[in-house]
This record gives sequence, structure tokens and C-alpha cells, in this order.
Amino acid sequence: MTDKKAIYKKGGVVEYKQMGYWQPDYEPKETDTIALFRITPQPGIEPEEAAAAVAGESSTATWTVVWTDRLTTLERYQAKAYRVEPVPGNPEQYFAWIAYDLALFEEGSIANMTSSIIGNVFGFKALRALRLEDLRIPVAYLKTFKGAPHGIPVERDMLNKYGRPLLGATVKPKLGLSGRNYGRVVYEALAGGLDFTKDDENINSQPFMRWRDRFLYAQEAVMRAEEVTGERKGHYMNVTAATMEDVYERLEFAKEIGSIIVMVDLTMGYTALQSVSNWCHRNGMILHLHRASHATFTRQKNHGINFRVLAKWMRMLGVDHIHAGTAVGKLEGDPNLVRGYYDILREQYVKADPVKGIYFDQDWAYLPAVMPVASGGIHAGQMHLLLSLFGDDVVLQFGGGTIGHPMGIQAGATANRVALEAMVKARNEGRDILAEGPEILKKAAQHSPALAAALETWGSVTFDFASTDTPDVLSTPTS
Amino acid sequence: MRITQGTFSYLPDLTDEEIRAQIEYIIRNGWAVSIEYTDDPSPYNVYWNMWGLPMFDLQDAAAAMYEFQKCREAFPNHYIKINGYDPSPMWQAQRVSFIAHRPKKEPGFRLHRQLWSDGRRLKYTLESYATMKPEGERYQE
Repeated sequence: MTDKKAIYKKGGVVEYKQMGYWQPDYEPKETDTIALFRITPQPGIEPEEAAAAVAGESSTATWTVVWTDRLTTLERYQAKAYRVEPVPGNPEQYFAWIAYDLALFEEGSIANMTSSIIGNVFGFKALRALRLEDLRIPVAYLKTFKGAPHGIPVERDMLNKYGRPLLGATVKPKLGLSGRNYGRVVYEALAGGLDFTKDDENINSQPFMRWRDRFLYAQEAVMRAEEVTGERKGHYMNVTAATMEDVYERLEFAKEIGSIIVMVDLTMGYTALQSVSNWCHRNGMILHLHRASHATFTRQKNHGINFRVLAKWMRMLGVDHIHAGTAVGKLEGDPNLVRGYYDILREQYVKADPVKGIYFDQDWAYLPAVMPVASGGIHAGQMHLLLSLFGDDVVLQFGGGTIGHPMGIQAGATANRVALEAMVKARNEGRDILAEGPEILKKAAQHSPALAAALETWGSVTFDFASTDTPDVLSTPTS
Repeated sequence: MRITQGTFSYLPDLTDEEIRAQIEYIIRNGWAVSIEYTDDPSPYNVYWNMWGLPMFDLQDAAAAMYEFQKCREAFPNHYIKINGYDPSPMWQAQRVSFIAHRPKKEPGFRLHRQLWSDGRRLKYTLESYATMKPEGERYQE
């Protein structure tokens, strides 16, 4: 530690390290938030100084010494970088651990926490790139959040559906249908056997279909489907809009006409999302979050935020559903990392597991579990893979894989439901569904022409591309 | 129509052997087995009649199968479901639920629509045709 008094006397620019933002002896407190950053310093900048700079810029510091630091107990409020390690196999990158005091974040405010931790620092010139990999959130801070309006078991109680993944589909084409035609797709998919249908992220209230018409036709379709199946059904009504006044108007209308679930886009921003979450708490509405725009900052391995951090923020902020990847579908996602996201959303205590990209133990302090949604390029022929990867507590969304069925939408929905129930039954009977999956599906198709046609159409479709984001540790096969 | 509540309604009706395998799955997981029956299968009917208490700490599926068969003998024209209940913290809900027996004829539901005075909104009521008759007199073949 350098002589702080001398630094303040002299003024000007000094290293962040000297200002107390690098403290290799620091022992993080139980109430600290701990961030793990992946830093790529500019050439010539040592990793400890880069880490200290990140700590400084995401907490108390500015670029020069200011005498007003002396008016407070700065040591308390300074974030502290306390550990730096090279990233295995990547000589330019380092992991940096940084601790933040409990006082730094406003109670119950994701907007405030993100303004600190990812607010300024990602554009910092001394770094070529920066990525927030994981966050350990202390129980003390978690207890300032209510979390999901319902959580997985309560949602299941509301829907009266247990022991299997839920099934959904996004209405396609995403844009351009009239309200009446849109409701037709909703009805066919739900009557055929799906539990949910969904507005897509970019369907809000366009000239070809205003939100009010869509809500009315969709709700008619939901109730008609309940009539012909005797099962609870739902359509995620997207209430995303230009202003909060519009959002509240759409929420109230969805409630008045009897919808059980609404949805929002991540593009609304953290404050708006949290307001909607509070509204859903007050009004008993299930809340579905579409992570629209996340890949602009979560996909690149060297810069941005890992999705697992976003998943944690969303669990705190309070949503019932969040899209979290499919591993086997059309969208980015290494299977191990995706499993890690699911653990973070669903478990009460998550153990650190570098293979899944999880760097910290996380005690969720009774925050309700969030239902992950697997959506994008999945089909009935992958049912054994999906069920063994994700288990029961997930919404599997087959958009094209329902609506594109050659015998029609109802048949597409039925194919997915038959495949799912056959696979759950086989798993419960103790069969090895990964090995026997295709055989189980073929057998189920004998009493379901719809499933037979689905397997015929999509049975061999895979999306085999290397992931952009991968774990830094490889798993060692044990057998 | 065929009511599709419960997990295996899209498969052919389970045989006794298949039902036993599902009960064994519930027991293997340490969950409690319960049997419920009703002649009001509205999706909004949460509380079906309990056939005895939930069977905690079961070692063997035979006891649950025996109770299921007794229930089926007593109510051959009712819906009977088998549930697996998990009391774990932050769960406290069922983990398994499926219809193991159903009436031969299922008349289904009537959706009643009532127009509100404004804005094209409808009020919906879902009614089971069977519940036009009093409890116990429904589903007589």
C-alpha cells in the first residue's frame, strides 16, 4: 500500500493499484458481491493494474485524484480487485475477481446494480475487451428482491400440469398476420395439445394487427382450446410498448379478458421489467420474458456479459419464464454452458462448476425458481435429447416444429405432445432414453400418424455448428 | 371428446402394469403417492375427492395399486388420477400427475360466452355437460 496522504497532497493521475483498488490480501466478506471479469488489457498494461482499473471505474474512482475522496471513508466504498489469474490457453486474457461492498447497490434495484458493475467500465480505453463472466450475489442483497411472481411449482399448480416439460409454440409468421388469422394459429396449436402459444418478441402493435385485436382473438382461441381439451391453456400476450403508460394499459386489458400469462421483451430495460414484475405480483399473472437483444452483448467470449449473469439478474428482478437456450436447436449455446444457465435459474443452491461455466457457489435464499424456455429450431425427433438435457422443468417451444407440420398445426402440436409423453413415460419406467430415444419415438408413432409424419419430415434435422462461447475448462470423460 | 389433463392423456390408456411402473417411479424418488377421483373434471376444479390419505414412505407399489383398484371398483365411471407429491422446501407440490382411469363416455364441456356492454369483450364460462346433474349421478355409462 502506498502512502495515500502523499498521493492526495500531490494530486494528478496515479495508478489505480496505488489508489487501493488492488488488494491481493483482501478477504471478501459474506455480504460482498463478487464479480469475475475476463479482462484483455492493452499491450503494456499489467493485469493487476487493469483489474484495479475495472474495480475503480465500476465503483468510486475517476481518472484523476480528487480531494473530495477525503470527505468519506473511501476504503469502504472502493471495489477491490483481489485476485488475477491467466485464462488457461489464452495468453492475452486474465480472470479478475473484484469485491463490492453491500452499501454500493440500492436495495431491490437491478438498474442500480448494473449501472455500477457494467455502467461505464466496458468502454474503458486501457482494456481491449472486458467480459463479466459470473457474479456471486450475497444473501443480504438477494433478500431485498421478491423474485418471480410465482415460480415453477406455483405455476404448475395454476396450470394443473405436473411431471413433464410444458409445450409451447411461437405464432408464425412473426409479423404480418391479422388478429383473426393469428388467433386461428393459437387455437389450432393449443387444441392439438400444446400448453402455451406465444407472441414473438417483435409483435407489439403494428398497423397490420393492433394489440387489442390480437389479445381478444388470442383469448377466444385459448378458451375454445380449453373447451375441446378440458385442460388449462395460455397465450403469452406481449405487452411490450413504447411507454409505461401503454404497457400498463395492455397489462390491465390482458387481465380483464382473463389471460393467465403476459410477456415482455428484455428491450424494455431493467426498470420497466421490474415494474411489470411488481404488477404481476399484485395481479396474479404469470410473467414470461423473451431475452430479445441479449446476444448483442452475451455472445462474444472476450467482451460483454455472460448470459449466466443476466439470468441471475432476471431471477432477482422477478420473471417466471426466461429463454435460456436449447443446446440442440438453431441458436448459439454450448450444452454444458446451457445446463449451467438452467441450474442458475432453477436450483436453490448452485455449486461452482467450471465445466458449466459457473465460478461461484450461489445460495438463492428462497428466491423462487424460474422456468427456463428452450426455443428455436427444435422438433419432436429431438425429444429424448431435450428431456435428458433439461428434465421436467422447462418450456419446450416448437414454433416451426408445430406450425410447419405437413398435416396441419393441430397435428404438429399432437406430434410434439405424443413424443413428449412417450419419452417421459419411458424415462419414468427406468429406460435409457438417450440410447433408446429414436426407438421409443418410432414405437409411439405407431399409434400417432401425426408423430410419424413429424419424424418423417424433421427426423434428421440437426444444427451442428461450433459454439462461439465455450467453457474454459474441458470436462474429462469418466467412463 | 377425451379430456387431456394429466401427463399421459395423449398415449393409449395405460395398462395396470404401466400404471404400476409409474407408481414405482414415484416411490423411487421418495415422493408420496396419492389417489384422487371426481365426476367434475373441469380444468378449474382443483380439489378432486381424496381416496384416503396420501401414502407417505411407501416401499412397494403393491399397496398403492391395491388402493387404486379399490377406488376403480367403487367409482368405475369417474376420473381417477394418481399423483406423486414432493414436500421439499420451495417445491411443496406434485411432481407427477396422470389420469389412470376415465369414464367410457366423456361428454366434454360447453363454453358459454357473454358479451360485455363495451369493447367487444367476452366473459367466458366453461361448463362440463356432466355437471348438469348432481354429483354422484354423472357419467352413468
